[in-house]
Amino acid sequence: MAGLELLTDQGYRLDGRKASELRKFQARMGVFAQADGSAYLEQGNTKALAVVYGPHEIRGSRSRALHDRAVINCQYSMATFSTAERKRRPHGDRKSTEMSLHLKQTFEAAVMTQLFPRSQIDIYVKILQSDGGNYSVCVNAATLAVIDAGIPMRDYVCACTVGFVDETPLADLCYAEESGGVSSLALALLPRGGQIALVQMDARLHQDHLETLIEAAMTACKGVSKVLDEVVRQHLQEASVHSRE
Amino acid sequence: MAVDMRLPTIKTSMSLSVPAAGRKDLVVPGDVITSDTGFMRGHGTYVDEDKLTASVAGEVQRVDKLICVRPLKTRFNGEVGDVVVGRITEVQQKRWKVETNSRLDSVLLLSSVNLPGGELRRRSAEDELTMREYLHEGDLISAEVQSVFSDGALSLHTRSLKYGKLGQGVLVQLSPSLIKRQKTHFHNLPCGASIILGNNGFVWLYPTPGQQEQEAGGFYTSLEPVSLSDREVISRLRNCLLALAAHKVLLYDTSVLYCYESSLQHQVKDILKPEVMEEIVMLTQQKLLEQEG
Repeated sequence: MAGLELLTDQGYRLDGRKASELRKFQARMGVFAQADGSAYLEQGNTKALAVVYGPHEIRGSRSRALHDRAVINCQYSMATFSTAERKRRPHGDRKSTEMSLHLKQTFEAAVMTQLFPRSQIDIYVKILQSDGGNYSVCVNAATLAVIDAGIPMRDYVCACTVGFVDETPLADLCYAEESGGVSSLALALLPRGGQIALVQMDARLHQDHLETLIEAAMTACKGVSKVLDEVVRQHLQEASVHSRE
Repeated sequence: MAVDMRLPTIKTSMSLSVPAAGRKDLVVPGDVITSDTGFMRGHGTYVDEDKLTASVAGEVQRVDKLICVRPLKTRFNGEVGDVVVGRITEVQQKRWKVETNSRLDSVLLLSSVNLPGGELRRRSAEDELTMREYLHEGDLISAEVQSVFSDGALSLHTRSLKYGKLGQGVLVQLSPSLIKRQKTHFHNLPCGASIILGNNGFVWLYPTPGQQEQEAGGFYTSLEPVSLSDREVISRLRNCLLALAAHKVLLYDTSVLYCYESSLQHQVKDILKPEVMEEIVMLTQQKLLEQEG
């Protein structure tokens, strides 16, 4: 380990959380008037903005159209000022292309694309401030945006990053923990049915620990879903006050 | 130039109606609506292990055995007979593609427009070649939904003198759910401007046309300069529409007119200020309530 004690003997983490504690959520839906759906999500110090356009006619090459379902087009980007080191991030670098692909796979599992043949749904996510768990925050923000756009989904998609330190799974890693040499795993879950939309792990981990780690990730995702649920219901109630006749 | 700047403030909700706290008919994706198998699955729902489940966030509507969930905000779902305002995006063989805020671009067939020079004229190959002269990319039209294709795309027609190409005016794009369905969506407002409330949420404001202009079959567009007073009325109406939309008031001729009347004491540019907006909308809602009751 890189000199930092990620989990104290008392069971506290660097930022004072318990092992299975999530970061603080702050979310708003419908932040833009012009887009079909939009959401802003803060998860601890990670901040993301998600915008959804669609379903609409396929723009660009018509050959991408699928005759039986909608095409989902995801674009992930990071703001130049999102990390500690200011850096110009050209469009379509390796990392963000991969992330876009992951987001696409995640949402193809949840959005009912078969209802919109030959159309396209655009999901754009931007990280405004990066403090670990970028993928998960993007998924959570995009879920809110898709719901705001009124696009049918089987369920929420909730994502969470978990790490494994001292035989203990840590939920919702922050940047210091992510970069501290922890083997981490990102998981996207449809919480009600317990279906996994995406699992991603690039580090090494003993096979015996995998089950505990996935278990912890699923519990964390269910926690996330509760928070998102509250946000959506709150928004729904506020928005429906006036639209009643 | 004087610029109006303000700091962020907390939004306070304003309403004349009762707050909706704890309403039971609001659901979110994944919520089980009923596990009774005797119901039919409508829009916004799906069946998961014999349970009827919501797939969008919105309110549940029940008609006999049919259960639907209507999302608060969505794209335009066209029905036959709807009046729409749209923009031409493409000229193809025998058809125009029209963007109407729908899931797919709508189609306007050459055979379903009134060409200049008579109702009953055969569409010749020449007409196909000169399609771009009638309507080209970027033009705005008003039309009616003629039919809906199986994939949800709309087929439009302009077979009436009231439909056709739109000339000078202002387009306001709003949510389709704010437009109230009515017998007519074309109104000549007494304040001196006309309005087309498209069911797709596109609203067209234009100076009330004179008598002679109506005869050109919908393709003649007047390029006469619009007088300053007319332009001011149109701008005021546009800001009123935005104010009503911001407070989610249903749009139809009466509500727009009442809003226009309540806004008269303010300058046109001031209508968009949040506090003025709130005041005007309150007044409008009061007038509407008085008229109803």
